[in-house]
Amino acid sequence: MAILALDNVSKAFGALRVSQHITFDLAEGEALGVIGPNGAGKSTLFNLITGNLPVDEGRIEFLGRDVTQVPPMERCLSGLGRTFQIPQPFEKLTVFENLVVAGAFGNRLPENEVSDECADILVETGLIGKANEVAGRLSLLERKRLELARAMATRPKVLLLDEIAGGLTEGECHALVATIQKVHAGGMSIIWIEHVLHALTSVAERLLVLDFGKVIGIGDPDTIMNSQEVREIYLGIDV
Amino acid sequence: MTMPAQTNWTVETRTRTSTIFLGLAAVLVVVLALAPFYASRSLIQDLFFILTMLVLAQGWNLLAGYAGLVSVGQQAFVGIGAYAMFGGVILLDLDPLVSIALGGIAAALLAIPTAFFTFRLQGAYFAIGTWVVAEIVRLTVAQWKALGGGTGTSLPRSATREMFGLEFLKDTFGFKTSAATDVITFWLALVLAVVTVGVVYRLLRSRQGLGLAAVRDNQNAARSVGVDAQRIKTIVYLSTAFITGLAGALIYVQKARISPDAAFSVLDWTAYVIFIVVIGGIGTIEGPIIGVLVFFALQNSLSGYGSWYLLVLGLLGIVIMLFAPRGLWGLFTDRTGIELFPIRRRLSGDPNEKSGG
Repeated sequence: MAILALDNVSKAFGALRVSQHITFDLAEGEALGVIGPNGAGKSTLFNLITGNLPVDEGRIEFLGRDVTQVPPMERCLSGLGRTFQIPQPFEKLTVFENLVVAGAFGNRLPENEVSDECADILVETGLIGKANEVAGRLSLLERKRLELARAMATRPKVLLLDEIAGGLTEGECHALVATIQKVHAGGMSIIWIEHVLHALTSVAERLLVLDFGKVIGIGDPDTIMNSQEVREIYLGIDV
Repeated sequence: MTMPAQTNWTVETRTRTSTIFLGLAAVLVVVLALAPFYASRSLIQDLFFILTMLVLAQGWNLLAGYAGLVSVGQQAFVGIGAYAMFGGVILLDLDPLVSIALGGIAAALLAIPTAFFTFRLQGAYFAIGTWVVAEIVRLTVAQWKALGGGTGTSLPRSATREMFGLEFLKDTFGFKTSAATDVITFWLALVLAVVTVGVVYRLLRSRQGLGLAAVRDNQNAARSVGVDAQRIKTIVYLSTAFITGLAGALIYVQKARISPDAAFSVLDWTAYVIFIVVIGGIGTIEGPIIGVLVFFALQNSLSGYGSWYLLVLGLLGIVIMLFAPRGLWGLFTDRTGIELFPIRRRLSGDPNEKSGG
């Protein structure tokens, strides 16, 4: 059964149609990769799913419920976790406190009921050594890890990752992918926007290609990457 | 998600320094509470001033330093609190001390429509908006003829003479009427100050306080993890208004004379308060405490120099903002690492702590 379903979702900023008739399902436990050139509407797609942008038309279903009109905070509470393309940590709070905020507010629980779990997530995401450090002092990799850890602390049912591997070195990227693989292996459903293709294909079971706000292909990564249309549009290869 | 169960995590906010400080602070409060029995009347009045300014400063610090609501209209709540107290005494024949509660309630009620309008504004526009509201309230109250209109009025002598507890103090300890009034208001100021600091500290250490800090750091990200930013800000705004209203009412029980210009003075109840918080250290509980002591010392030593006094205050404020933006307490804590009211949640206790990057 689909945990998240978009049906004919469209969004325009004036004359600019950033999302056009987007339709796809995400199965429970699935990892879906989203690719497309800059300006294809990938981040917009996330903002529509989380409710940070209202849709113009179409319908979004999450856990079998129509959430098209549900405000963003409530969608988070019902299990949509997201990371931001540019990390947005709570700079003056410690790494651990960053997670406690997400755990306590994202699940409407008292602090002491989520603190153990937050500590465990820090172990899992390799941040435990920085637990008591102020988030403003973290390196880029650590900030990206914190984005992931903080989203996980809200106990999401679907995790939306926005270019989390961008800007990292090869080694850092490998380490992060390993973490995401581990999270996914635990049964987490994931939608992941990424330009770093080898990172994406090592986790995603299906790829969705966006161009000018339209879905131009969705399916098995090999098939997608070998399709002529995708190679032309996305990879800029003349065929 | 399945993860290895680890039960040996501990989270702690208290430090050894803070525990020792808590003990010392308790002793200090007792010493202060006994001041009327060994200190002069003018010292009691000075302490009253310091304590009430501290309450106002803690309130403004919570607003601006934690909730990011830089208000320059707090005089609206001082003034409405004071006038509500006067109204309770003159129109409803209440005891001044009972009427103080009325001041807090009136200020909190005024804060509801104020928040409704000013929360639509951001940053500097919010600041100006709060000031405009305060001016509107001042002009409106100046029309209230029963409370003296634009020229103001005094508390009836009968009310101040029969104030609750006055007879007891006079009979038991032999205070004169006027001295006994000062003692009562001083004790109330002490209670209000201790309760305010305690409530603020408790709030900051609570889940709501953590949410507040998250909103301050990044409102967008806070919303995305389920923090209701608007709700937390509204709670802080209303509670600050309540405390400010109580302080305003108490200040005017002691002054016993009120006028719209004095009760709604932006200089006395907001500008000085901002100065106190800024030089002491915004965003800390210790800051306003240090700030109010420095402010009092400056006021005492410079009050003879007329407008030079304000120039020096302004200059000092600018110097601190440029060279020590986190105030005197910030300077101190950066060097020593000492925190008297720690709110950091420190995680410790896991044997695998060295793993990680």
